[in-house]
Amino acid sequence: MSALFKAGDAVRVADRWPEAGGVRAHVRTPHFLRGRTGTIERVLGAFPNPEELAFGRPGLPRVALYMVKFREADLWTSGGFEARDTLVADLYEHWLENVDG
Amino acid sequence: MHDLGGVEPLASAPIDRREHALTQFDLNVDALMYLLSHPSRRVIRVDELRRSIESLPSDDYARLSYYEKWLMAMRDLLVEKGVLSANEIASKLIELRGRAGDVAP
Repeated sequence: MSALFKAGDAVRVADRWPEAGGVRAHVRTPHFLRGRTGTIERVLGAFPNPEELAFGRPGLPRVALYMVKFREADLWTSGGFEARDTLVADLYEHWLENVDG
Repeated sequence: MHDLGGVEPLASAPIDRREHALTQFDLNVDALMYLLSHPSRRVIRVDELRRSIESLPSDDYARLSYYEKWLMAMRDLLVEKGVLSANEIASKLIELRGRAGDVAP
């Protein structure tokens, strides 16, 4: 399996909205993470793309799946989160972009 | 309806942690999905079910139970795939309601 990222890499979630604009789309990346930056926590393997499987298509080639960690304070304007409060989400590689530095 | 994280007022609502028993209806719907998604048939994939549930009208999504959402989503998928037509389902429902009417007290 060829995963583009490894644990510890900083990644940005694509600021993409395929479900907008009246197009039939199935999205597995929560809205509140798009455009946000997190850190690869773990590489989970590669799986058929569920956004394709959702329309009965084969979802191949497989796409790498990652656990990505975000600071809650980076995601929400309220809630009184502390620096140690984090959220981990499973995200597919085609939603992740390289962050320089 | 989906992707509700952080969406008010749902985001602030307390989680209902009460256990609840499955009804016979729940078990029937689960069995139907098992049969439709079985690898020997693969009429409906679980990813398709999820997409179909998320495509339910927001009123239905809020009103229906977990397995009622499954059932509506399965119906929509079977029609979408041409396995059954909306007319076939409608006329079968009328037939079954008539039969139920025969035995109801």
